[in-house]
Amino acid sequence: MSQTLYDKIWQSHIVDQIGEDGLIYIDRHLIHEVTSPQAFAGLKDKNRKVRRPDKTFATMDHSISTRSLALDACGPANKLQLQTLAENCEENGITLYPVGHQKQGIVHVMGPELGLIHPGMTVVCGDSHTATHGAFGALAFGIGTSQVEHVFATQTLKQSKAKAMQVKVNGTLAVGITAKDIILAIIGKIGHAGATGHVIEYCGEAIEALSMEERMTVCNMSIEAGAKAGLIAPDQSTIDYIKGREFAPAEEHWDEAVSYWRSLYSDNDASFDTVVELEAAEIAPQVTWGTNPGQVIGVNQGVPSPEDFSDPIDQDSAVKALKYMDLQPGQKLADVPVNNVFIGSCTNSRIEDLRAAASIARTGKVANGVTAIVVPGSFAVKQQAESEKLDQIFIQAGFEWRLPGCSMCLGMNDDVLGEGDRCASTSNRNFEGRQGRGAKTHLVSPAMAAAAALRGYFADVREFQE
Amino acid sequence: MTGFTQHQGNAAPLNQANVDTDQIIPKQFLTGVTRTGYGKHLFHDWRYLDLHESEPNPDFSLNKEEHKGASVLLARENFGCGSSREHAPWALGDFGFKTIIATSFADIFYGNCINNQILPVVLKSEEMDVLFDAVQRQPNTQISVDLQNQSVTADGQTFNFDIAPHHKTNMLKGLDAIGQTLELDDKISAHESSLPGWMQ
Repeated sequence: MSQTLYDKIWQSHIVDQIGEDGLIYIDRHLIHEVTSPQAFAGLKDKNRKVRRPDKTFATMDHSISTRSLALDACGPANKLQLQTLAENCEENGITLYPVGHQKQGIVHVMGPELGLIHPGMTVVCGDSHTATHGAFGALAFGIGTSQVEHVFATQTLKQSKAKAMQVKVNGTLAVGITAKDIILAIIGKIGHAGATGHVIEYCGEAIEALSMEERMTVCNMSIEAGAKAGLIAPDQSTIDYIKGREFAPAEEHWDEAVSYWRSLYSDNDASFDTVVELEAAEIAPQVTWGTNPGQVIGVNQGVPSPEDFSDPIDQDSAVKALKYMDLQPGQKLADVPVNNVFIGSCTNSRIEDLRAAASIARTGKVANGVTAIVVPGSFAVKQQAESEKLDQIFIQAGFEWRLPGCSMCLGMNDDVLGEGDRCASTSNRNFEGRQGRGAKTHLVSPAMAAAAALRGYFADVREFQE
Repeated sequence: MTGFTQHQGNAAPLNQANVDTDQIIPKQFLTGVTRTGYGKHLFHDWRYLDLHESEPNPDFSLNKEEHKGASVLLARENFGCGSSREHAPWALGDFGFKTIIATSFADIFYGNCINNQILPVVLKSEEMDVLFDAVQRQPNTQISVDLQNQSVTADGQTFNFDIAPHHKTNMLKGLDAIGQTLELDDKISAHESSLPGWMQ
C-alpha cells in the first residue's frame, strides 16, 4: 500500500500497538533548562533512571544572558534553573553543552549543527519548536514535561497517529523572498490553527530548492500553523549537510544509512487528508500585523479591516489584534515606526540568516531611536559570523552583537521590551506580551528586520537589493 | 493520581479564540523547578493591571464576583496554542480548574492537560454558544461533565464529546503512564536491538 513519509517513519517506530494508538520509540531527546527540572524530579521521586542517556543531549538556551557568560547574570531564579540542569545531567550521565561551551546554542540550532538529527529519526524536546528538525525528514515534535519524564524513563511515547497534510509550494521564489516569507505565507493561507491534528509534509520545487538552514526555518514554524510536526523528504542537500558532522553515522555505517535515507519519501500515489498549494512567485516579503502568526500580509498591502474576514471569530480576533497592535485598517506598514529590531531565535539565527541581515546592514546605519540586536543561534554560528567579519558589519551599522541564546524571542532573560515598544523580529510568535508586557511584535525575515532597523519603519527589502 | 470520572461546577467564560500559553502563564514565571505554585500567576497580563499582581483587572472574567470559585473554563477555538510549557495546565489546575471546554485545543496543550488530570472537552461551536449563553444569563449555571458517558450537561441540555481511548483510560484511572510503559520493557529492548548500527 502507498505510504506517506510520515506513515513510513511512524510504522518503523512502533514498539507496541494500542488500539489505534502506538507506543513509539524515540531516537533523539533534546533537553534544556526550562522544561526538564520537574521531569528529573519526577524520576527521582519514583526512583527511576534515564533509560538512554546516550540518546539525550542538553544545552542551556532559554534563561541565559546574551551579555554575560555568568549563570547569575539574569538573577537567582534563572541561575538555580541552570544549575539544576547541570546537576541533573551530571547525575544521569547526559551530555550537556553549558553556557560558554563551544557547542552550546539554542537547542534547535545546536542539534542539527552537531549532526544529531538524521532522516527517519523520531526527535522530541520539551519545546514546541522541535518541529525544526523535520527539515531532515525526521519526525520531530514538541512535548510537555510529563512526556519528557516518560521519554527519560522509557525512551518511548504513547501517541495517536496524526492526519497527513501536504503543502506544495510550486515554482521559483522571486528575488529577495526567503524561507521565512514562505512559511508566513503558508500560515497566512491556512490559519493559525489550520494544521491542528496534522503532520505537514512540505514539497514542491520551491521547497526542494531551499538549503537545509532555510528548510529548518520553514519546518520550525509548523507549530504556528497548529501542526504536530513538519517534514521535508531528505535529498542530496540533506545528506551533504550531515556528512562529516560530529554525530553523523560512522564511516562503516554511512552507505547503509544513506541508502535507508533515500527510501524516505512519500510514494507517488500516497494520499493526504488535506492538500494545500501555493505559487512561490506570488509570495511577497511578509510582515505580521496582528497577535497570532496567521495575521500576516505582504509588506505593501494595507492592514486589513475586521470586515475583510468572513468568520465572526476571525473578525473578533482582528478587532482585538488591531487594538493591541495600535494599527488602523488600511494603514501602510511603511508608515509604521519601529523602535526595536531583534535578529535571532531558533527560526532565524543561523549563519545564512546573519549573512542575509548583514547584506542589508552594510548599506547604512540603524535609524535614530531604534535599538537593534543580533543574537547568533549558537557559539558555532557566532564564531563563523566573526570569521566572516559579519559582527563588524553589524556593529559599524549600529547593531548590538550578542552571545548566543533564545533571548528576545520569549524574553526569559533580560532581553525584554517595554510597554508600547514596537519590534521587527525574526522570531516565531507575535502573541500579546510575548516579548514584554504591552510590547508589539511583527514577525519578518532577517533581511526585512535589518531593513526596518535602517529605515526606522517597515520597508520592502527589495528596495535595498537593486 | 486519583482519576477523573465526573465533575460539576460553575464556569468562567473566556470568549475568544487562540488563547495561547504565553497568556495562560507568561515567561517570567517559567523559571521555577517545581510543578506547583503557578495558579496565582494564571493569565497574569489580563488578570492584573500591574506587574506586581496587586491590582486585579475588574473587567477580566476570572476576577468577576459571579465567576469566583469557577472550576470549569469555557473557551473557543485553538485554546492553549503556542509553547509546549506544561506550566500552563499546572497554573490552570493550581487555580482550581478541573475541566476546560472549548471548540478546539492545540495538540501539545491537550496532551499536557490529560497528563495533569485536567479534562479537555471538545464541543461544537454551536454547543459552546449554548454554554456561553447559559453562563451569561445565569452566571452560577452548573455545568456537569461525565467522562464515562462522554457528555456535558448544562441548562437542561446534554452534549456528547469524543476522547481517544488511551486518554480516557488514563483520565478515569489516574494511571501512572510511565509505570504502565515500563511493563513493556521487553518490547522496548527488542525494538532497540533491531535498530541498524548507526541508530543503536
